[in-house]
Amino acid sequence: MYVLVAGGGLIGANLARSLLRAGHEVTLIEQRRDRFEMLADELEHVVVQGDATELFVLERAGIQRPPSIVVAVTGDDEDNIVICQLAREKYGVDKVIARVNDPRNQVHFDLLGISPTVCATSSIMALIEHEVPEHGLVHLLELPKENVEIVEVQIPPGADCTGMPIGRLELPEGARLISVKRDGQFELAGDATTLRAGDQVIAILQPGKEDELRRVLLKS
Amino acid sequence: MDEKEEALSRLGEGWDGGFVVGQAIDTSVLRRAGIEDADAVVVSTDGDNTNIVVAQVVQQRFGVGCVVARILDPNRAEFYSAQGLRTFCPTSLAISALTEAVKSCAVPARA
Repeated sequence: MYVLVAGGGLIGANLARSLLRAGHEVTLIEQRRDRFEMLADELEHVVVQGDATELFVLERAGIQRPPSIVVAVTGDDEDNIVICQLAREKYGVDKVIARVNDPRNQVHFDLLGISPTVCATSSIMALIEHEVPEHGLVHLLELPKENVEIVEVQIPPGADCTGMPIGRLELPEGARLISVKRDGQFELAGDATTLRAGDQVIAILQPGKEDELRRVLLKS
Repeated sequence: MDEKEEALSRLGEGWDGGFVVGQAIDTSVLRRAGIEDADAVVVSTDGDNTNIVVAQVVQQRFGVGCVVARILDPNRAEFYSAQGLRTFCPTSLAISALTEAVKSCAVPARA
């Protein structure tokens, strides 16, 4: 597989190393002369120097072949958006992956259809939420294109749903409970499974229906 | 709108329009500047890619019909203009103006 990586900071350089070790063909674009020289000493012809938002730099890096994936991991969100747009719309690259530096810019990536994205701040927030559920519901996986997400809910003591078989719950349309973890034991959720306080329930639902699900599982 | 407050002083004493400090990529700053009521927006920061992204956000998120983006790089300007963005490229304009200026010189024939 041929992968083009834009941005040779810690993320881009280590990504390039890992991809090379896994036997893939990689081109890494780095703008800063000092960083480029260090990287070129190590990775030689894999590294190209220039601004990855300039067409001739992308073309020198082989974007016209085109690569299977373009990964935009520079430290500038606008640059990452433009790199992905050029890759997809000008050069017909099928898959792009972008880094979001400032989580407040996530909405712009979403608006312009640039996906998947990776944001360190949001990932750490999600881990913290997983440890300390704030609103009783933790996002485990979001697939915006497929319009589904997977969440985890811990059933609080005294919730209306305790003692009820899952089949009788009025879940939001399209939502399903997948599994229940109780006393460290994991079981698939069936219509006859009865919920108890402390259960960790994993559910699949459409984004935006979290509040409806909270009402069913958390309300007392 | 400008990220530096000093920019206001360039407008002179008599400026009676609005002025908002902040980055154009920040939607809360755009809202503070009244983007929701804007009929036209000119995006002309010193960063081509910022202008490209802000112009699309203003067009697609806030539904402003008339958006013009300044893009210095002629190649990116050409691509985004083909994508439906109204772009203005000072570089291309300067090149044609300068070329015309040179062409119009009366150069004496060499001996």
